[in-house]
Amino acid sequence: MATLARLQARSTFLAHQYYFRNSAVDVFRKKEYDAAVKIQSWFRGCRIRAYLRYLHRVATVIQKCWRGYLGRQHYQLIVKLEFCTMKMNLYNAMAVRIQKRWRGYRIRKYCFNYFYLKEYLKAVSETNDAIREALEEFAEMKEREEKKADLEREEKKRDYQARKMHYLLSTKQIPGIYNSPFRKDPDPWELRLQKAKPLISQRPKVKQKRGVNISNRLACTSARSLPQSEILPPIDRKQCQGPFRDITEVLEQRYKPLEPTLWMAEPINELKMAREELRKQEWMRNINDNMFLPFSSYHKNKKYIPLMHSSSKYGPNSYGSQHFRDENPKKWICDKKFKFHEDRNVCLTYSLLYPHCLEQHLAKERKKERKKERKRKEKRKKERRKRFPNCITII
Amino acid sequence: MVAELATRPQNIETLQNAGVMSLLRPLLLDVVPTIQQTAALALGRLANYNGDLAEAVVKGDILPQLVYSLAEQNRFYKKAAAFVLRAVGKHSPQLAQAIVDCGALDTLVICLEDFDPGVKEAAAWALGYIARHNAELSQAVVDAGAVPLLVLCIQEPEIALKRIAASALSDISKHSPELAQTVVDVGAIAHLAQMILNPDSKLKRQVLSALSQIAKHSVDLAEMVVEAEIFPVVLTCLKDKDDYVKKNASTLIREIAKHTPELSQLIVNTGGVAAVTDCIGSCKGNIRLPGIMMLGYVAAHSENLAMAVIVSKAVPQLSVCLSEEPEDHIKAAAAWALGQIGRHTPEHARAVAVTNTLPVLLSLYMSTESSEDLQTKSKKAIKSILQKCTYLPALEPFLYDAPPNILKHVVGQFSKVLPHDSKARRLFVTSGGLKKVQEIKAGPGSLLQEYINSINSCYPEEIVSKFFPGVQVFVSFMTA
Repeated sequence: MATLARLQARSTFLAHQYYFRNSAVDVFRKKEYDAAVKIQSWFRGCRIRAYLRYLHRVATVIQKCWRGYLGRQHYQLIVKLEFCTMKMNLYNAMAVRIQKRWRGYRIRKYCFNYFYLKEYLKAVSETNDAIREALEEFAEMKEREEKKADLEREEKKRDYQARKMHYLLSTKQIPGIYNSPFRKDPDPWELRLQKAKPLISQRPKVKQKRGVNISNRLACTSARSLPQSEILPPIDRKQCQGPFRDITEVLEQRYKPLEPTLWMAEPINELKMAREELRKQEWMRNINDNMFLPFSSYHKNKKYIPLMHSSSKYGPNSYGSQHFRDENPKKWICDKKFKFHEDRNVCLTYSLLYPHCLEQHLAKERKKERKKERKRKEKRKKERRKRFPNCITII
Repeated sequence: MVAELATRPQNIETLQNAGVMSLLRPLLLDVVPTIQQTAALALGRLANYNGDLAEAVVKGDILPQLVYSLAEQNRFYKKAAAFVLRAVGKHSPQLAQAIVDCGALDTLVICLEDFDPGVKEAAAWALGYIARHNAELSQAVVDAGAVPLLVLCIQEPEIALKRIAASALSDISKHSPELAQTVVDVGAIAHLAQMILNPDSKLKRQVLSALSQIAKHSVDLAEMVVEAEIFPVVLTCLKDKDDYVKKNASTLIREIAKHTPELSQLIVNTGGVAAVTDCIGSCKGNIRLPGIMMLGYVAAHSENLAMAVIVSKAVPQLSVCLSEEPEDHIKAAAAWALGQIGRHTPEHARAVAVTNTLPVLLSLYMSTESSEDLQTKSKKAIKSILQKCTYLPALEPFLYDAPPNILKHVVGQFSKVLPHDSKARRLFVTSGGLKKVQEIKAGPGSLLQEYINSINSCYPEEIVSKFFPGVQVFVSFMTA
């Protein structure tokens, strides 16, 4: 029972101890609980973080692959584009080169051809020089002509003067003024005077006073339409105008006997008469009166060989009709071959140039003729035999 | 007697005072033909002398009488009457109109058909003088049917008749293209072209003048004249002794050259430019003028033609003309021609500048004595040549003398050339040009200042500052 009392005394203490022990636990329970919770939560957190990390990693991998894929696509696109651009640039560059060359060529050749211009200017300057030369020549020629004309006029004037001064000519007795004895040679005027024909000056005419000067203006030369003034010619007898020749000379000339030239002296049929004369003489000399015919039979047998151009009946044969015929058979005149005219045509000059050909040709002709003759003869023979079958033929 | 007296001009006034006109009129109606003719001749001489007398002839109602008797009388009378008409018609258009009004044209045309060449000559002369004044009178002459007969007259053998007929055709065709066309339609060009070869110089004058009057109106007419194969025969006329033949020949070539580049090309190809240049060199004064203008026209069409003109050695000749000639209008023409040659490309400008004409042109522009026309033309020429000139030795003198408006162009040219040419830069400095450029005062921002700046920028700083007062820098070398 003591233990019970003790136990009962201790029971409250036990109870308190139990309570305190339990409550001690309780004191730490929260802490421990919190600690546990914390640990757990931390652990959970770790786990979840690990999981998240894992997820992240995985997601990153996926995204990485996807991005890589997209990026590669993009890259390929870019590469293609770049490639195309590069090609186009190349083409453009080449095209530019071609165009550059072409433009340069075109301008140099068609729009402004430097060498052509140079040539042109050279040609122009050459033409200019040629023209300048030609014009100078022309001017010189004109000058020369003028000078010549001037000289001629001078000559004429001097001649006229010489003729007028003919009386100054020196004679045997008296030397003229231009032929002074103190000179070595006579003055050129002297020579001129010697050459000149004397000019007989005309007696001064009485000036007819005309009431009107109009005839000087007008081209009219007939004096009939204008009234002349009434002055009569003077009464004293004038010598007849004009230098007259000596009467004996004139009569001589007028009644000169005919002196025909050789041409005129012979009669017009002189040639014919001469032939007759010759024939008469020969006839006189002849023994035999019969004419000796020189190979006339040859001439008679000889065929006349006309010219090539006049051979065919229908005018000159154009080339090609000998050997060719028209391609269109409807145009042919006849179906048979053309046969040439019997008389072969030989051009005269041809025969002269190639005499051996002529001979050959003639030989051929002769052969053919003989053949034909033989044929003819045989024909005749046949006919005769037909007609007169019994007769004997004598050749 | 009166007619004889009337040959001397001094006597005419005395005669007029003596009231001779009223005396002569009844004499025209005299029975004796000689008296009629003499009276007509006297009248003609009086009218020829002076316009008042001609008016008096018209007022005295003599014309209808003359015209009426022109139709009937013999040829001496016709000649004298035609002489009167010519003398009256030459003074003024009103008198010529008076002649046309009394119906003289028809009778004159009938005279043109006469057999006597003297009558034809007188009638053609009268018609020519009438047609000379203005286009309406020419039209009246053409309407009377004179042109075919004139062309027939040209073919006659007498030289005087040919001359007069050619001058009449020239007077008719000079007024308008339609009249020229009428003349061409009758086939005048062929005959005129043949007559160029005739040795008579007065005839050549008239023929060339007729052809040039025809050719000047339009391209078609000029082409028709050229088709008559006048080149290169016309060039021989440029060498003729007679000055007026040369003048008319160069006028003809000028009228042809001015229409189109193709015609100018034709002339150049036949060597016309050289011939004209020689012709200019051989004559003086007004005779040269058409030749100078022709060169200007040819050069104006295109640069190739201008180069051809330069190649034919025309530029020295033109500069000689410019400096020698006393008359202003010829100088103006030479200045214009030089401007046309030099304005195309730097090559052309160089060719002009080399002959040292630019200072001459400048002096002409600056001098107060030159006429306005000359000043304008030389200014234009200088401007147009300077625009293209890159020949610096010729430009340098301009820096010193030129007025500001031209100086601008000169400096501009320098600023274009100097940046690219080192030799030129060196020369520029040594000749003192850079110094002068510095001295030019120009407003800031103006074109001139820009040019000066661009010139200055070609040179290193030391050299530019050398020319500013107060700074001394040793110049070692100047090339950039």
